[in-house]
Amino acid sequence: MRRLLSPVLCTLALLLCWQGDALRAFCGFYVAKADTSLFNRASQVVLARDGDRTVLTMASDFKGTPKEFAVVIPVPTFITREQIHVAEKSLIDHIDAYTSPRLVEYFDSDPCRRYDMLRPMAMAGVMKDVSAPAMQERAKALGVTIEAQYTVGEYDILILSAKQSGGLETWLTENGYRIPAGAGPVIGSYLRQNMRFFVARVNLSEQTRLGFTYLRPLQVAYESPKFMLPIRLGTVNANGPQELFIYALTRTGRVETTNYRTVKLPSGSELPPYVKDDFPRFYRAMFEQQVRRESMSAVFLEYAWDMAWCDPCAADPMSASELKTLGVFWTGDDARAGQNVFVTRLHVRYDAQHFPEDLVFQQTGDRENFQGRYVLRHAWTGGDSCPAATDYKRTLSERREKEAQTLSNLTGWRIEEIRKQASLPVPPTTEDVAWWRRIWK
Amino acid sequence: MNLRFDPRLYQIAVLSGLLAYGWAALGFDISPARAALLLGTCLATQFAWILGRRLPAFDARSALISGLSLCLLCRTSDPLLAAAAATIAISSKFLVRIRGKHVFNPTNIGLAVMLLLSDAVWVSPGQWGNPAWFAFLMAGFGFLVVTRAARADVTLAFLCVYAALVAGRSYWLGEPSAIPIHRFQSGALLLFAFFMISDPKTTPDSRAGRLVFAALVAAGAWYVQFRLFRTNGLLWSLACSSLLVPLIDRLLPGSRYAWPGRHSLPPEDVSHAPTPVSRPVHAGPASVLAG
Repeated sequence: MRRLLSPVLCTLALLLCWQGDALRAFCGFYVAKADTSLFNRASQVVLARDGDRTVLTMASDFKGTPKEFAVVIPVPTFITREQIHVAEKSLIDHIDAYTSPRLVEYFDSDPCRRYDMLRPMAMAGVMKDVSAPAMQERAKALGVTIEAQYTVGEYDILILSAKQSGGLETWLTENGYRIPAGAGPVIGSYLRQNMRFFVARVNLSEQTRLGFTYLRPLQVAYESPKFMLPIRLGTVNANGPQELFIYALTRTGRVETTNYRTVKLPSGSELPPYVKDDFPRFYRAMFEQQVRRESMSAVFLEYAWDMAWCDPCAADPMSASELKTLGVFWTGDDARAGQNVFVTRLHVRYDAQHFPEDLVFQQTGDRENFQGRYVLRHAWTGGDSCPAATDYKRTLSERREKEAQTLSNLTGWRIEEIRKQASLPVPPTTEDVAWWRRIWK
Repeated sequence: MNLRFDPRLYQIAVLSGLLAYGWAALGFDISPARAALLLGTCLATQFAWILGRRLPAFDARSALISGLSLCLLCRTSDPLLAAAAATIAISSKFLVRIRGKHVFNPTNIGLAVMLLLSDAVWVSPGQWGNPAWFAFLMAGFGFLVVTRAARADVTLAFLCVYAALVAGRSYWLGEPSAIPIHRFQSGALLLFAFFMISDPKTTPDSRAGRLVFAALVAAGAWYVQFRLFRTNGLLWSLACSSLLVPLIDRLLPGSRYAWPGRHSLPPEDVSHAPTPVSRPVHAGPASVLAG
């Protein structure tokens, strides 16, 4: 019996069965010394949109055997064969890396001779390859209209519609999909909105013939006024919150949600240098703390930038051909296409309780650049042969304490632990200092 | 109706409080300089029209209300576009008048025109989030108390019709009740219902007319949002429905709203007055987003 093992596009997919252990995070935020995963159970979606035209690219974090992979996505219109495409996974990796929150480090100059050096550290995302066993094809309708059936790349795709959710639910169950309790009404509400269901699974013989050993992102182009991502199916019977990364590529500017608050993540903070060795742990804790502060009811902005450049760059901007493949149809083949593309990276942790309705977006005219950026400033360790060095050392200890407090505030970590890790002395409290000393100090 | 004090002061206090809350807690994307620009442009435009038409008195309160409302709603990176929205909002009160009554809620038309003209202007309906919802509700009801429910009928009718449409659609789709409840718990919706649609200077004069008007706005907003799948349904619907107010007033006549302490004037008196903007042009008590 086939199983659906992951949220597979947790925004869009019908989550039929969950196997959390098989999943590993794939998005970026790695430092050179830390290649552990950051966020589990995460999915990535690229939305290239201009006017009513949308190209949706869905990257699966599926780590099991392709035989057990399937995805069921509500789509707003009928989808023809030409509207479906299979993209290269490297595109998702690239846009992930380009937009990843980044750690940059500065080195304090010799206090006796001022100069600054900036060394950006790019955090590139790494996605593990998945193995590729076979998967059976099947297409049998029971009370369901199979509007179309395609094989695109290594995927067998069905476009389904149904008069009632019961019919589709029965069909899916009888064809080996494990439908979670409570999915029926959700399917029904999409059917009543005249949405179709896009069902994809891996065609093993095609996959073998093509030689891919991993699941490539699926792309769908459609024209609809609906600028939204249906997340409700992914939350049915889900085992805990899920992570979703949305990369929006637009012509005019930043994308935000209209039915949930979009919040900029704290950025630009100076952190104790020891964070360099454990940036993923910091970022995960910081994100969790922000989610708590917003009562898990907000969508977070991690990056908003004109695609033509970056500063500092976590990865090179995407080329015109990459953008075109991701669905940027409005720039043509202009080599400077990036100047006409604005990228927004949104990160949301959601569950059914806090995100009862699907995400609805709007494109704004905001082209102000924003990036998740965290700063390390290394102390000057050379000689201190000038009077300015005395002042420098005094301000340095104050700075270190401030950095520790910033880290504590951002992550919720105990300040005592941070001071210990950063080898900072415990600053005297005002109670510890005799009051008369504070008068004439 | 005589009120103990001008409810516009309450409006200004509420709007200022919301702006402060937006700055302090919600990280509103509007700088103090931008707020000063919007407020300054509204006041200057009002002053210019008063001066140009040789009207007897300059009243800053309604212009301040418009300016504060734009601070809460109007988002753009371009200061010129922000100033244009403020200018259109205030000027509409002086330029677009039928039978002595201005047609559009100033903030509403200022935003609608700029949204139509430029991609670089937007409104962020999600900016309030849900936690502030209860505070909005309280501020809104407080406003009804202060105005002695001068235009509570239009607010309540709008909320009832809109809620019925949203809940009805969810019921028909088989959605869980959490979805319509989440849609009602919107700061933007309550701000609109209590402080924009209730503008006594642009709503119909008769109660029956106001009920019809409220239902029209609610139906239009629902249609834009849930049938056309466009944002800002509330703003578009109010702007379009306002065009029908003169017709509604003709079919369902009533007495014109007047300031607290003043007698209502029949429409003829206003339209024939040599300086019509001196009295009812200023935003009424319930026109927080009108100005």
